[in-house]
Amino acid sequence: MGVSIEVTNLNAWYGSNHALQDINLNIPANRATALIGPSGCGKSTFVRCLNRMHETNPVARVTGKVIIGDLDIYKDIKPVEIRRRVGMVFQRPNPFPTMSIYDNVAAGLKLNGYSSRHVLDEIVEKSLKNAALWEEVKDNLKKESGASLSGGQQQRLCIARALAVDPEVLLMDEPASALDPVSTAKIEDLIFQLKAQYTIVIVTHNMQQAARVAENTGFFLNGRMVEFDATDKIFTNPSDKRTEDYITGRFG
Amino acid sequence: MRAWIRGLSDGAATGLAVLSTILVVAPLVAIFVYLIYKGASSLSWAFFTEVPKPVGEAGGGMANAILGSAILLGIGSLIGIPVGIAGGIFLAEYGRGTKLATAVRFTADVLNGVPSIVMGIAIYSLVVVPQGHFSAFSGGVALGIMMIPTVCRTTEEMLLMVPNAVREAALALGVPNWRSVMAITVKTASPGIITGCMLAFARVAGETAPLIFTAFGNVGWNARLDEPIAALPLQIYVYALSPYDDWHRLAWAGSLVLIVLIVLAVSLVRYVTSRGVLKGAS
Amino acid sequence: MTRIRFQQRLEELKEKLLEMAGLAEQATQRAIEAYRERDLSICDLVSQGEITINCLERDIDQAALDLLATEQPMAGDLRFILSVIKINAELERVGNAAKSISERVRHMERMAAAELPVNIPKMATLASEMVRKSLQSFIEADAETARSVLTMDDAVDAMNKAAFKSLIKVMEEQSHLAPQALNALMISRSLERVADHATNIAEDVIFWVQGDDVRHHKSLQREMEQQSKDGGNIS
Repeated sequence: MGVSIEVTNLNAWYGSNHALQDINLNIPANRATALIGPSGCGKSTFVRCLNRMHETNPVARVTGKVIIGDLDIYKDIKPVEIRRRVGMVFQRPNPFPTMSIYDNVAAGLKLNGYSSRHVLDEIVEKSLKNAALWEEVKDNLKKESGASLSGGQQQRLCIARALAVDPEVLLMDEPASALDPVSTAKIEDLIFQLKAQYTIVIVTHNMQQAARVAENTGFFLNGRMVEFDATDKIFTNPSDKRTEDYITGRFG
Repeated sequence: MRAWIRGLSDGAATGLAVLSTILVVAPLVAIFVYLIYKGASSLSWAFFTEVPKPVGEAGGGMANAILGSAILLGIGSLIGIPVGIAGGIFLAEYGRGTKLATAVRFTADVLNGVPSIVMGIAIYSLVVVPQGHFSAFSGGVALGIMMIPTVCRTTEEMLLMVPNAVREAALALGVPNWRSVMAITVKTASPGIITGCMLAFARVAGETAPLIFTAFGNVGWNARLDEPIAALPLQIYVYALSPYDDWHRLAWAGSLVLIVLIVLAVSLVRYVTSRGVLKGAS
Repeated sequence: MTRIRFQQRLEELKEKLLEMAGLAEQATQRAIEAYRERDLSICDLVSQGEITINCLERDIDQAALDLLATEQPMAGDLRFILSVIKINAELERVGNAAKSISERVRHMERMAAAELPVNIPKMATLASEMVRKSLQSFIEADAETARSVLTMDDAVDAMNKAAFKSLIKVMEEQSHLAPQALNALMISRSLERVADHATNIAEDVIFWVQGDDVRHHKSLQREMEQQSKDGGNIS
């Protein structure tokens, strides 16, 4: 089951660049929440603070509180631990190039010490089914490498890989921006189904996509969160003029 | 008119490329052909099984040198490859941007530039003198140290070529950094790393100078690490400089065998590692 | 400024709608004048104008549809285009009402003149004023003006109810005047309709400008009051 995320006074820096300023936000459980905003507004940085991937950059720094479920992720738990509970799917599909499809999906488990063959088989099948990829690859699981699939399939493979470790939250950083409309539609349908089991946070440039999949949407601008509300409201009658200017394309 | 000129310049460029290729490959082919011409006639079963006969007697072989080279290269690889790979991993994955990494890289480059005879003298002072005698072990150490820079730099380069996205994917799964480096990054770069090792191997397989003061050479059979040992390049050098025709013939045969063995070793490694590659993998 | 082409297309849509509005207003004015002057030639003008109004309605709807499909309008732009489509429909119906009135005038011509206890001109003035104001609120994107139109509707409704009562009485007590009374009743009804359309236009303007859906607020309020009166009764 998914959990809620509570963000309080989050600030993030890359060296001296104050990338996120005073972010306060409540992301509800078992819903999809979209984050929109122009390039460089901090939405990707924000998402990477939720699974502490922000820290992989040596000059990164964070203050504030992020509570996922009932855990303060910057105090109660180590980065490696939180990343097992908060999964991430990236903009460009990045399956492990030397591994088969099976090994890709099982990677998160195998590399963390699980080795029971029977259990792995089950989990791989379940994850691929949840990612709507099972039917297309079930005959070639161990023979084909992850890189031999099409772009849309690769992305679903990455989703299956993230789901295999059974996270509570799934972070998606522009998951469909590198894909064609049909693949995009498949991923969106998938998000719809995944909501029942996980909490989903999706960063997107594509406002129609945000509108289609997310119940709530947050608008980021210059490191601040300008507005956070029900998606319908944001796109038909936003409260802040800056939000309106962005979504109607009337910048500058 | 334009198209005609373009066609002409295209043809000229192609011709130039073909000519360059021939110029590069020709010496290699020429050497190989000449070696076969000069050395093949001296090859016999005895060559591979017998030790050299005393001066004046016909026959004999280089079996001890072949074994000796194998042992020396074995020790050298055992020293040079792990240290080189570890260094490469440090430079690419853990020390990026640090002063220590810059120092390590600089050291490797300097080491690479040390003339092989100087290396031999250095190991002589550091290993042979304290030991009190020449030995296969010191020869292996010399070869191993010469392998380190090549292995280290190619390992670093191959690791840097692994896209960051792959590392991030592993980290995002909650895999600890060291595990991500070993099981994902290194594994992805392994074809390139192996190539680096083979390059280093092929280079030191033909080194003679460092062995003069360390392994020293041996006319008899020796498989012990603490005694002087024969090596193919060393043997060839000694025989070639000698005034005896018999030994000259053996030197030619030895040269041919040396090159063929190196090619065989490299091909074997390539074959073995390509067996494990999956369909469609890079 | 980005999306210049989109901006231009929105302006063009607005121009088209204003043209439609002008025609609808003109039709209403002409119908009322035909009534006052008993002038059949003016009725002909109204009938001809009706054809233009219908063509323009189709143009506007098509243009709006194209904008929705190709420009992915959001927020204010989306509400604007939606309002244009609805106001377009209301204006076409105003044109229909004007045509109805002019048809009644034609019928009246064949009848004897009669004094009737109903103030058609006053209703007509109010109704056309409401149309004018609602269109002004659209041009100026002014929600206040639009809200003032909503309050004027009550007056017209009251006048229509009163007309209904008194004309029924005339038909009962002076049956030879029944045809004229019936005619007047239908004209009154058409004018009440015009007022309703003007009200709808004003509500659409408020939705566009403020994002507020103020339609049916009276009946919704009544419904809610009724429900709270019923208390916990499960219907």
